[in-house]
Amino acid sequence: MATIAQKRASARSLMEIRRHRAITRAISYAIGLSAFVIVALGYELFARYGGFSPKLVPGLGAIAQALVRLTANGVLLASAAATLYRLIAGFLLACVIGVSVGMLMGHYEWAEDTLLPLTTFFYPIPGLAYAPLFVMWFGLGDLPTIMLVGTSSCFVVIVNTWKGVKAVKPIWQRSARAMGATDRDLFLRVILPGSLPYILIGLRLGLANAWRILIAVEMVTSVQRGLGWMIFGAQTFLNTDVMLATIVVIGAIGLLLEKQVFQRVENYTVARWGMIAT
Amino acid sequence: MAEDIDVSGVSYEYEIPGRSRVLAVSDVSFSVPATKFLCILGPSGCGKTTILNMLSGFLTPTSGDIRIGGKRIIGRQYNRGVVFQDFAQLFPWRTARRNVEFGLEMRRIGKTERNEVALEFLSLVGLREFADAFPHQLSGGMQQRVAIARSLAYNPGVLLMDEPFAALDAMTREEMQRFLNDIWQRTQKTIVYITHNVAEAVYLADQVLVLAASPGRIKAALEVELPRPRDPLSEGFIAIQREILDHFGAR
Repeated sequence: MATIAQKRASARSLMEIRRHRAITRAISYAIGLSAFVIVALGYELFARYGGFSPKLVPGLGAIAQALVRLTANGVLLASAAATLYRLIAGFLLACVIGVSVGMLMGHYEWAEDTLLPLTTFFYPIPGLAYAPLFVMWFGLGDLPTIMLVGTSSCFVVIVNTWKGVKAVKPIWQRSARAMGATDRDLFLRVILPGSLPYILIGLRLGLANAWRILIAVEMVTSVQRGLGWMIFGAQTFLNTDVMLATIVVIGAIGLLLEKQVFQRVENYTVARWGMIAT
Repeated sequence: MAEDIDVSGVSYEYEIPGRSRVLAVSDVSFSVPATKFLCILGPSGCGKTTILNMLSGFLTPTSGDIRIGGKRIIGRQYNRGVVFQDFAQLFPWRTARRNVEFGLEMRRIGKTERNEVALEFLSLVGLREFADAFPHQLSGGMQQRVAIARSLAYNPGVLLMDEPFAALDAMTREEMQRFLNDIWQRTQKTIVYITHNVAEAVYLADQVLVLAASPGRIKAALEVELPRPRDPLSEGFIAIQREILDHFGAR
């Protein structure tokens, strides 16, 4: 039993640990931020003294102005919303297909035998290669885009989930069995949480994949609005400031999703459970 | 409630692809009355884990008969609790309390009751304060105590333990042996405990089965009738240790 004095001491040291953590976190934020500043400065120097016309390589000021302009007239927001909608819909499709197929492949030998060769076949084919086909099958607009994003980014989720199930410790399954777990219990309460570290890696890669294919495909499938559409539209009028501003927005959304979604999910699950190093 | 175990004429052959069959356990018979503590003692490769795996239902004997509480072992049953050597047996994604609840969940017992029972068994192993800790936040000894609580919480008739303290440091191991002796006396379970440690067997067991290797078979069966808690430095204790070591031909 801890005495009151010991408890106080441990509470104090807990506060110290917390403060220490807050400081290290602030430092790592500052370092991350300064990396951006350095890259931005490097770009600005290149824009001014690189010998290219400002029409081709606009300075940071011009890009910032474009950002303000596009935000003010609502084009940026509408485009970002349209792209995010397709991204999330396509990514969710990839999650559902990827996790369920990967779990089956990891758990059942027959599923592995049948689906692994197919996965290996389709995995390296760039999603863009299917774009013309999907347009012919599903028409123009959101539907083919979402389908394409979903199907082409599900493979990396499949492969990681499959590997994750394989990495589930046999002793967890034996313990669960000894306590009377059914197949269903084993699947949902042991294999799914046990393979989560790998699944999360797969989802992260899947999202990155979804971004890449989505921006490219927004050109081919003639969507109404979108960030990719903005870039390709701006090319026609040599609006390099608009192109670069859009690219910045894409990166910013990506960063936000990583920090606010994946990082949080990871901290709440596998990091809290001590299943990955933090 | 404890159940008795009856093992008669049990053999187990492993099939190694491309090679002949390997007889791991040969014609083993023993019985453990309800509430008694049996230690199976032997060198590595003597088939002691194979015997435990048959008792827990992970392996089916090639021949012979195993009965627990008079019933043959078939597939999924709830009358056995199993504790392994590996600390990793706990589910890292569940707190100590939720780990202990697992067996009760499998029995579709309601949330409030599960919670109560889990806390009761965590108190039994002295870890109530750590109910909300995740396994990685606990020491090895504490993790094994949670594993014991988990295997007892759903009230199995017998408890099967496969060298549960072998990976602990010597001091913690002794503490855990005292602790297990205490738990066993309080919960009145039938226990089968696998070990390769002679002193541990003499400290814990009512009966010791001494196994010989290749193929695994019973070399001797001893009754230990020393009063509990036992003193490892007492004359009687040392005499029994000596007797067991003689069976191994170690002296």
